Amino acid sequence: MAIKKATIKSIPYEEFKDNATYEQLVQELNANGVNVVVKKLDDLFDWGRSNSLWPLTFATSCCGIEFMAVCAARHDIARFGFEVTRNSPRQADVILVSGTITTKMAPVLKRLYDQMADPKYVVAIGGCSISGGPFTKSYHVVMGVDNIIPVNVYVPGCPPRPESFLYGMMQLQRIVKVENFFGTTNRKERDPFKAQSKERQAEIINQEEKA
Amino acid sequence: MILDPQLIAPSALKATMAQLKAEGFDFLVHLTGMDWGEEGFGVVYQLENTTTGEHRSYRTVTADREHPMLPTVSDLWEIGNIYEREVYDFFGIIFTGHPDMRRIFLREDWVGYPLRKDDKTEEQNPFKLENAELADTTTQYDVQEDGTVTTKQNIVFEEDDYVINFGPQHPSTHGVLHFRIAVEGERIKKIDPVLGYIHRSIEKINEGMTYPQTLALTERMDYLSAMQNRHALCMVIEQAMGVEVSDRVQVIRTIMDELQRIDSHLLYFSCLCQDMGATTPFLYGFRDRELVLDIFEETTGGRLIFNYNTIGGVMHDLHPNFCRRVKEFIPVMRKNLKEYHDIFTGNVIFQNRSKGVGVLTKEEVINLGCTGGTGRAAGWHNDLRKLRPYAAYDRVDFKEITFTEGDSFARYMVRLLEIEESLHIIEQLIDNIPDGATQEKMKPIIKVPEGRFYAAVESSRGQFGVYLESNGDKSPYRLHYRSVGLPLVYAMDKACRGNFIADFVTIGGTFDYIVPDVDR
Amino acid sequence: MFDFSIVTQWIHSFLLTTLGLPEWLTILTESVLVALVIITLYAIFAIVLIYMERKVCAAFQCRLGPNRVGKWGLLQVFSDVFKMLQKEIIKMRNSDRFLHDLAPYFMVAASMITFACLPWNKGAHMLDFNIGIFFILAISSVSVVGILLAGWGSNSKYPLIGAMRSGAQIISYELSIGLTMLTVVAMTGTMQISEIVEQQYEEGWNLFRGHIPAIIAFIIYLIAGNAECNRGPFDLPEGESELTAGYHTEYSGMHFGYFYLAEYLNLFITAGIATTVFLGGWSPLHIPSFDGFNHIMDMVPGAVWFIGKTMFVVFLLMWERWSFPRLRIDQILTLEWKYLMPISLVNLLLMATLVAFGLHF
Repeated sequence: MAIKKATIKSIPYEEFKDNATYEQLVQELNANGVNVVVKKLDDLFDWGRSNSLWPLTFATSCCGIEFMAVCAARHDIARFGFEVTRNSPRQADVILVSGTITTKMAPVLKRLYDQMADPKYVVAIGGCSISGGPFTKSYHVVMGVDNIIPVNVYVPGCPPRPESFLYGMMQLQRIVKVENFFGTTNRKERDPFKAQSKERQAEIINQEEKA
Repeated sequence: MILDPQLIAPSALKATMAQLKAEGFDFLVHLTGMDWGEEGFGVVYQLENTTTGEHRSYRTVTADREHPMLPTVSDLWEIGNIYEREVYDFFGIIFTGHPDMRRIFLREDWVGYPLRKDDKTEEQNPFKLENAELADTTTQYDVQEDGTVTTKQNIVFEEDDYVINFGPQHPSTHGVLHFRIAVEGERIKKIDPVLGYIHRSIEKINEGMTYPQTLALTERMDYLSAMQNRHALCMVIEQAMGVEVSDRVQVIRTIMDELQRIDSHLLYFSCLCQDMGATTPFLYGFRDRELVLDIFEETTGGRLIFNYNTIGGVMHDLHPNFCRRVKEFIPVMRKNLKEYHDIFTGNVIFQNRSKGVGVLTKEEVINLGCTGGTGRAAGWHNDLRKLRPYAAYDRVDFKEITFTEGDSFARYMVRLLEIEESLHIIEQLIDNIPDGATQEKMKPIIKVPEGRFYAAVESSRGQFGVYLESNGDKSPYRLHYRSVGLPLVYAMDKACRGNFIADFVTIGGTFDYIVPDVDR
Repeated sequence: MFDFSIVTQWIHSFLLTTLGLPEWLTILTESVLVALVIITLYAIFAIVLIYMERKVCAAFQCRLGPNRVGKWGLLQVFSDVFKMLQKEIIKMRNSDRFLHDLAPYFMVAASMITFACLPWNKGAHMLDFNIGIFFILAISSVSVVGILLAGWGSNSKYPLIGAMRSGAQIISYELSIGLTMLTVVAMTGTMQISEIVEQQYEEGWNLFRGHIPAIIAFIIYLIAGNAECNRGPFDLPEGESELTAGYHTEYSGMHFGYFYLAEYLNLFITAGIATTVFLGGWSPLHIPSFDGFNHIMDMVPGAVWFIGKTMFVVFLLMWERWSFPRLRIDQILTLEWKYLMPISLVNLLLMATLVAFGLHF
């Protein structure tokens, strides 16, 4: 079966760097096949979603300044429709983890992620959030945000150039474009962290009831 | 400069410090916690007399490794309060008489004191995904006359205070800073900063790195003063080793520092506008900042982190286009500065919101150690480029911008006028960059002779100092940075009390702290 | 001028006589039709305004604005809508669920009913009472209830502060709006919207008829109206940099979408009322004794005039939004209670004198 390739305006498919990984992901998503009607509806929603990824204004360090530069005049993230940066996690679609995450910050980041409404995406920006970057010897730095929350796209650099930000966002768009809204995306167990948090939530409720 | 701190016994510390304060040493430059192994824990104090410019250093040491205790100096210099909390957090030295002995950077349930040489931090602190509850009370330790230590509970927030959390995730704290603010309606009653959300333990990592490696981390603290920070560390190492860099390097460093200052002040302007709700000037500032970044990028290859200064020189020579680009940039910037004044400075809403808001007097800024633009807005002549000229600052002519109002508007104006001065400095230097080597010959392994050294530069937002203690090894024994932002964050409480929540944003914007620089 | 009531009457008679429906069923069918029209127009204008806002703001800020989705980014807002529609609506455990979920509907309902009062063309108004102005003032302030509910129901600190700010602000500025409206009513002598516009069609726009007091009232109305729809420089209730997102901090998905919609529609309504009351509604631009010119102007349909003028006012408000920094809460209240309200009171007196001595055109 020929798999539909997501097209992104202004970058031809061949020019993306990691098409192999991407195709594997598409294979996995389409492994069981989908209903034609459902898929058409999916495509509509995916189109909407991929073109309206509103980022959360979240920045911890240097990469945050580059994020501001992306939003500013020269690079203008608004061209893609991402300029509506929301300050409240409830209204954001994608969290760009730009900067180092420390052990003190980790619970906060986790909470921010939990506060976001589904469907939500995570882009790890810069060396620090991918693997700890130059601070791997530190006692207070989380070695990669994928220890805390599931990451969709990694953008390397220290800090990455604004162009890489945009490239990373386009990669995310490609991923969003092939998702099955009525299939995988809404399935709760897709997120391995969800089960844990559910248990914890039940625990909290129990505690509160006792109190 | 080479420091030779005079040793004071803990028992005599209180009296000596009080006497020094009375003699006119009104500026506590910084306070470095130390772990001298066998000798015990101690603190190095650096004091400055702001009228005569005299600089002195003292140290005190306690041999008790189990329960180290030293008397506080926070009653003499207010800024000592937060410095001592930092030392307590990292070394576990309890300052008797200090009203607020809580951890400030690390989680409240953290075990151990990470900067002690014998601490096993990683083993004691497994990774947790739960928030540590922030306590509303704090402990004060007092030494009674008979030598016993008593504890007292001080209250940070009352039971019925309406406390709102600004941060750690908040658009106008400029990073992951956390302020707990008690409000009464819209008025601010008290502010309690909670730091450490981006504490990356740079000082600890440095102790295991060689000198060239340590350079890389300086830029990631205050990323908007990357050049200047690295300049400071290079300077202290060069001074310690007695290396003289060529004239060409000095001039290049000066130009780069000034370009960096323009870059930083443009961002300051942009973010202040954004914080006050004017989104359009934000983009104007960024538009012009890109021009500076283009110049940087051509020579250094980086936009934010440059890796340009090295010990004994700079990484590469200037790009052939550099001078032309800079000369093109200066008139453009002058023209656009006028635009800023038109769209924002003259705006009646901005003037009403900034004039007379968040006033700090000259005495207060000195006592709180607020250097840089914040200090100069209150009339404190603290520009290190004038006081202790380094690099090529002694051969250029420029004005030190000072105001006397000490309010948000003055702080804003200092920054904008400094852009003009920086342009003026660059203009004088760009045409006569002397010839010479861009890198002195250094040994492959750099070892700094034994001793204590301190060097400071005027970074974009104030005095950035590096305290280096070496015992002749290839990595530093202790490398402590005098953060520019830490005093500013501490001063927020004083500046904001009684003002509105909206003023908090204005004051924070005009103070211009960078959180990774505060937390290190 | 083309009278739209011909169409409505034709539909009425078609349903009643041709189809032979009973009276009540006819009216019911018509109501449903009108409701559909309102909702469609509401959605269309929301989308147009959001697109316009993004492009206008981009132009002010030396940017391009959306240009990837569809030609010139025309489909951008549609993709936002599709996304918003299937975004999760978060339910919080400690919030007052009922009030929390009710609040956005209050906002939308209030703005939708006000929206229905606008006169689109001669004979094309959906709600037209003899106390029309009064009704608009009353119904548009229902939205403050929605905001207060949102703030209270969220059980969170930022929304509460935002809601309190909003309450104080909207209720204060309501006064100025009321007074400026009264100024016009004093001149026109009627509260019925269709009649106000009709009168302006006959005798010239109120802004010119009432000269000095009308211009003062118009300016005050623009300021107060801007404050009424919580847009910059009066966007304290949202206060992005202070309160993250103000009263709607805790809303996600379509519930947030309703607030977003209502914000833009309120902008349109404010501009629409300004057009109706001061700029002659659907009536074309007439210059006395330039008959040829007036005749050409009459050729342009009334709806075009109305929308054109409204969009112009919207543009003015956007211009203001993207140029000024935000005010502070005490300054907002000072502006209203110490300046705008006394001025409007004096202005009302001035207008009354004008009318009493027949000094207006």
